[in-house]
Amino acid sequence: MSNILEIKNLVVSYGGIEAVKGIQMAVPEGEIVTLIGANGAGKSTTLKSISGLVKPKQASILYKGKEIVGQSPDFIVSQGITLVPEGRRVFPNLTVMENLKIGAYLRKDSLKDDLEYVFTLFPRLREREWQMAGTLSGGEQQMLAVGRALMSRPKVIMMDEPSLGLAPLVVKDIFNIIQTINKEGITVLLIEQNANMALKIAHKAYVIETGTITMEGTGAELLANEKIKQAYLGKTK
Amino acid sequence: MTTNAFLQYCLTGISIGGIYALIAIGYTMVYGILRLINFAHGDIFMMAAYFMIFSMVNFTLPWYVSIVIVIGATIILGVVIEKLAYKPLRSAPRMSIMISAIGVSYFLQNVATYLFSALPKPYPAIGFLTKIISFGGISTSVVTFITPILTLGFVFILIQLINHTKIGMAMRAVSKDFETSQLMGIKINRVISFTFVIGCFLAAIGSILYFTPRPSVYPLAGSLPGLKCFIAAVFGGIGSVPGAVLGGFIIGLSETFIKAAGYSEFSDVFTFILLIVILLIKPTGLFGEKITEKV
Repeated sequence: MSNILEIKNLVVSYGGIEAVKGIQMAVPEGEIVTLIGANGAGKSTTLKSISGLVKPKQASILYKGKEIVGQSPDFIVSQGITLVPEGRRVFPNLTVMENLKIGAYLRKDSLKDDLEYVFTLFPRLREREWQMAGTLSGGEQQMLAVGRALMSRPKVIMMDEPSLGLAPLVVKDIFNIIQTINKEGITVLLIEQNANMALKIAHKAYVIETGTITMEGTGAELLANEKIKQAYLGKTK
Repeated sequence: MTTNAFLQYCLTGISIGGIYALIAIGYTMVYGILRLINFAHGDIFMMAAYFMIFSMVNFTLPWYVSIVIVIGATIILGVVIEKLAYKPLRSAPRMSIMISAIGVSYFLQNVATYLFSALPKPYPAIGFLTKIISFGGISTSVVTFITPILTLGFVFILIQLINHTKIGMAMRAVSKDFETSQLMGIKINRVISFTFVIGCFLAAIGSILYFTPRPSVYPLAGSLPGLKCFIAAVFGGIGSVPGAVLGGFIIGLSETFIKAAGYSEFSDVFTFILLIVILLIKPTGLFGEKITEKV
């Protein structure tokens, strides 16, 4: 399968300190790819570079074979790459419905089918259509953030720590949804600290440590790897 | 005070309050989006008055053409100021952009002094606005009478725009979260420019209504009204449009009644006391949002 996203030699520095030190990654079309690593390893920075929020020092990011480094975030969204940001970041002062509509900000066609699709995925959101997003629970906000991202009809959905701060049952729901979305043909690039869950659903996985990719393989391979077990899965020998 | 006099003062107060409200909206909206107190706003209001003099006196254009020119020129001025003085400081600490705003304010005052001299220039009279009408024992100029009506009309349209249009939704989103708004594909610079367009449009209207019953314009003419409108915005809760409107009306009314009671010298003092009191008792203002976020 061809790679929908290829990241080559990505270097990002914040005020002289390199957060990401030349990583290479390939995301095959239609798969779930996960990037796991500890806090501050450079995961979020990588996603922000792809979505155009952070300007890398140097990099080549190919989307469907085309260079997208240096493009504005709105251009990148319009091309079909969307990011569900860390900590959900729904707009608390907008209603659930408005949050969904704003996810489709660049689209000019009818949103009816897409809204219906999101409401089928997340029936809870339909019940709370007119509620301010700030009044939703953490899990509902995460659903809304994912729904909002889907409204742009993405080809690639990137998720930054979707399980952060959620109850285990809700985390399970979210991971089920990720798989459902993926089965619809949307490529998923997932970053997680919850390595166990992420590796279980991932076709392909990368491990990032202090800005460098230290390991890659299929999800199953990394799950079985002794080093990973010790460092990320909390299992001792 | 007779009933007639009371009604007369009410009308005057509501009228000046309406003008304050129009200008206060400019402060509050820019603050809502950029968290910036645009100290240059009062001077933009002053420049709008000079544009009117230029158009009607120097180029002898009719009033209806002049109004369009004044609105257009004021909007361009505001948007250019944003692009040159505020946009480059988007990621700088908030204090920097505020200092930049103070700089722009002095810059405009001095440019006006340099170009138009510090001598007051007569403000052109717009025929039908200065006509005196009387009803029920009150006599007033048309401008005093239509100001509150115009104000409420514009406020109504503005609130509809903010709550029920796509650009309004984008404005509300940008005011909460720049980064996530960008992820939605919103061009935040466009939304910010649009905010300045609205603020300057209302300042231009406010300027015409404010200066029409007044004899002259001078380079510092925007400074005190600007400050009062800023206080109106803070009083109502900065960031809130209904708050700014209410604040404007309250300041306009109390100012007029203090003057009516024979304490003209104290009317401005009162406005500043109001600022201190509200900051002590309820720093977020009447309708200000408390920052409560669910984590």
